[in-house]
Amino acid sequence: MPVGDERDLGLGALTSGGASLGQMEALDVLTPVAATPEGGEVTATGSPLRQIGRVFVENKLAVVGLGVIVFMVLFCWIGPLLYHTNQTNAQEALVNSTPNLSPGGNHLLGTDEAGFDILGRLMFAGKNSLIVGLAAAALGTGWGALYGAVSGFFGSWGDAFMMRIVDTLLSIPPLFLLICLAVIFRPSVLLLIIVIAFVSWLIPARLIRGETLTLRVREYVQAVRVMGGSRKRIILRHIVPNAIGTIIVNATFQVADAILLLAALGFLGLGVPPPQTDWGSMLSEGVTYAVSGYWWEIYPAGVCIVLVVVAFNFIGDALRDSLEVRLQRR
Amino acid sequence: MIGFLVRRVFQAIVVVVAVMLLVFLLAHIIPGGAARAALGPRATRLQIAQFNRLNNYDRPLIIQFLLYLKNLVWHHYLGYSYHFNQGVTTVIASRLPKTLVLVGISTVLALIVAVPLGILQVVRRNKPVDYALTGASFIFYAMPSFLLGTLLILYLAVDVHVFSVEAPQGQTVASILADPRALVLPEVTLAAITIASFSRYMRSSMMEAMTEDYIRTARAKGASNRRVLFVHALRNAVIPIVTLLGLSIPSIVSGAVITETVFNYPGMGLLTYQAATTTDIPLLLGTAFVATLATVVGSLIADILYAVVDPRIRYARR
Repeated sequence: MPVGDERDLGLGALTSGGASLGQMEALDVLTPVAATPEGGEVTATGSPLRQIGRVFVENKLAVVGLGVIVFMVLFCWIGPLLYHTNQTNAQEALVNSTPNLSPGGNHLLGTDEAGFDILGRLMFAGKNSLIVGLAAAALGTGWGALYGAVSGFFGSWGDAFMMRIVDTLLSIPPLFLLICLAVIFRPSVLLLIIVIAFVSWLIPARLIRGETLTLRVREYVQAVRVMGGSRKRIILRHIVPNAIGTIIVNATFQVADAILLLAALGFLGLGVPPPQTDWGSMLSEGVTYAVSGYWWEIYPAGVCIVLVVVAFNFIGDALRDSLEVRLQRR
Repeated sequence: MIGFLVRRVFQAIVVVVAVMLLVFLLAHIIPGGAARAALGPRATRLQIAQFNRLNNYDRPLIIQFLLYLKNLVWHHYLGYSYHFNQGVTTVIASRLPKTLVLVGISTVLALIVAVPLGILQVVRRNKPVDYALTGASFIFYAMPSFLLGTLLILYLAVDVHVFSVEAPQGQTVASILADPRALVLPEVTLAAITIASFSRYMRSSMMEAMTEDYIRTARAKGASNRRVLFVHALRNAVIPIVTLLGLSIPSIVSGAVITETVFNYPGMGLLTYQAATTTDIPLLLGTAFVATLATVVGSLIADILYAVVDPRIRYARR
């Protein structure tokens, strides 16, 4: 639980590191305090998809979050089709436009220090930030969930060994690991995804392992065993689907964290390398010129990062409230 | 408890050695290697071979690792930093107190602010104050710390000359503390983000405590609202915060890379970054060792405090 680590990432760390608010609270779910079933009205459940659908009907913040994310995706992928700008040819940018131009006229949000149009650059950079965030979270949570399920299902020494590996990796501050990895492997979008996933699979692995420990003794799992179902089948068809709530909630928070981690790497000069860019790298370039009063070089990228991260946190909170049974009906 | 402690300390040692092995392997994949980093791109092959020979870099990795461990345990020697031209222990000894001051103060500050904020949110839950504070904590949590730091510098140090642009550059802890004008902004940057997560955590932990049966019992026997809140609920709600503090120890020691970079504060975080980018392998291993040690000790302390604070927890077996 690197809760305190790299808090200055926002993770805590990021960063802090680290684990997000969501992760901390999700971990808290595992403490076996109130395990006794409570009486009262039983809520109708349904497939996880339907439950997720209901969250967005009931929770206003989740709708806002989803709206922001849909807007950002449209902005980054459809936007460039409507708002044509040159974002890759540095030579052309210097010839055709002036660097550090204030907003207005041809350039709605001005230009940056290389003469690139900022509004267009936001779309161009946003693609990378969103792709890395989503893919790293999917990869990290997916691998972590599988690892945790296998570890929890087999139990005994195999479980102990697999969890010691997780403990060991959790003892390294995430940003330290990220910096080492980013220095060794010159970053590209694909490598950044793998590197960020590598530091973010540990918490889901622990969470799902805890969940598996309670699921593996359930009647339906025993029934499958009695009927001769293979271990692979039990893990993939019975344990993972039943832990899907925890997995999805965690994945949502992981996206927010991955985007913040990428921004931090961008600030350290280890983000998506040129001619590509990401919001963090954009922001860190803008920060260099902010003292000159070029506010339009920091606020747009900063606002994008904050908006998207807040949006994912909203959705994660709402999903946790509805998918995690112990917290329901309080 | 004693048996538990012995097992945990043994586990901690295994974890530290495993992490060191991992970082050791990682460090040796860094392209160019230690010799190139130390001697520069124009070093001849002969010089590189000589350097490798002198520093045992030509031995098998596992032998190198065992030699490293032997030096560490017997001579408390962590190697020599080529970048700083000083012993790794010396470099770390000069940086560690600075980070302890920076992150330590901000953690205490965060705790002092976040706990009352969390309580306030529970008292006024679903009222405007609660919503405003929740909103603020979401935004601060989502804000990259280098953005927050830069904005603070822009508005409070450049536009209005209230605080300094840089963190204190003094060599000793006393000289750093003697320059509060320069220390405020980095502390606030770190604390703001920590408060955002601590107060959220405090709020949810307090909310959970308020739904417990003992709260109903306390109310039923006629305890005042204030007593229920501060005696019954708060006592139980701070337990997770204790864990959180234990888990903050590593970041107090390993530093805040981003904040230290923004304010050019020569602490452990900046040191780690410099070590990685200059491929200063002995220094990188040294910082990894200190950080891991802190993490392991931190979680051990958290476990012990947990048992001290919460009488329900007894480490019988594990």
